[in-house]
Amino acid sequence: MKKSQIFTRGLIKENAVLVLMIGLCPALAVSGTVRDAFGMGLAATFVLFFSNIIISIMRKRIPNEVRIPIFILIISTFVTIIDYFMQAFQPSLYRALGVFVPLIVVNCMILGRAEAYASKNSVINSALDGLGVGLGFTLALTVMGAIREILGNGTFLGMAIFGEGFKNASVIFMILPPGAFLVIGVMKALINRYYK
Amino acid sequence: MKDPALIFLAAFLVNNIVLMRFLGLCPFFGVSNAVETASGMGMAVIFVMTLASWITWIVYHGILLPFDLVFLRTAVFILTIASLVQLVEMFLKKSYRTLYNALGIYLPLITTNCAILGVTFLTIDNKFDFLNSTIFSIGTGLGFMVVMITFAAIKERLDLAPINPSIKGYPISFIAAGLMALAFLGFSGLFGLT
Repeated sequence: MKKSQIFTRGLIKENAVLVLMIGLCPALAVSGTVRDAFGMGLAATFVLFFSNIIISIMRKRIPNEVRIPIFILIISTFVTIIDYFMQAFQPSLYRALGVFVPLIVVNCMILGRAEAYASKNSVINSALDGLGVGLGFTLALTVMGAIREILGNGTFLGMAIFGEGFKNASVIFMILPPGAFLVIGVMKALINRYYK
Repeated sequence: MKDPALIFLAAFLVNNIVLMRFLGLCPFFGVSNAVETASGMGMAVIFVMTLASWITWIVYHGILLPFDLVFLRTAVFILTIASLVQLVEMFLKKSYRTLYNALGIYLPLITTNCAILGVTFLTIDNKFDFLNSTIFSIGTGLGFMVVMITFAAIKERLDLAPINPSIKGYPISFIAAGLMALAFLGFSGLFGLT
């Protein structure tokens, strides 16, 4: 498979959230605004990229019987790094994402890529794969965040995009939990209808 | 918020783990095809969640805090939970055969269930004492089970409904879950809980 294909596959064709339906918990929980969604996506991309690289470097040395605990340890190392990094440099984003930052460690997308790809392929391919899948995740979250923020709050990245009158007409439940389920349900239905 | 009854209600209904906090969505959508499996999974989650909150509470307050190792929290908790689930499985298999037959197949699935790890983080973040964290995790687990069973009952009927093929499966499940979440939104503000 060509290098560019490895990268783009995870981006659109095998998008983790919208096509494979994994990593749903953070996707639904933090897509209330574009900023939260984008921040969460980048944090997960960071973890996925570096854990894929390390696991791929060590793939010949990790004993097969205990590979899953070792993968989890490597992943949790990077989760702790991004956790403390965000706490220090992006405190308001960190507070908004809350418990979902440490919970990146149980995102099945990341362990799934470690097990299915990084433990069997070369370092460069694994890095590309991690980057592609991670950015695909970011893309899906950001699109959901944009839909929910625009409909629910009338803003995009905090900037008002409709006139004053929209304040009274906004679909307030879009930024509340039910909106997440409805948005991803409608998006999945459109994908099923036009993409297959 | 110190009253145990309020902690229980908040965990059970107002901040329902699945519909309001979005934790444990994989089993919520994956194992909810029949009411029977949904209740089995719910039972297993309550059981493991309570045990996990006890163990991680002891580990956090007994080891991580005194030795100033809080930064290892994520790694230690996930490994503790994974080994706990293994241990429980072996113990049940040997000593409580009937319980094992009822819960056994769900136990391995629970290791990577973000609801379990999420609850242990939330008890630490909320600074609950031992009793309150027990009540919190039981309430959360019950909330998970009730929502699971209700959703499974809805899905059993959805399977028979004549709907457009492109919204069959996941899309209609999401929309049904969204409507359930909308109903649960009505609980917010109950006894002043948010």
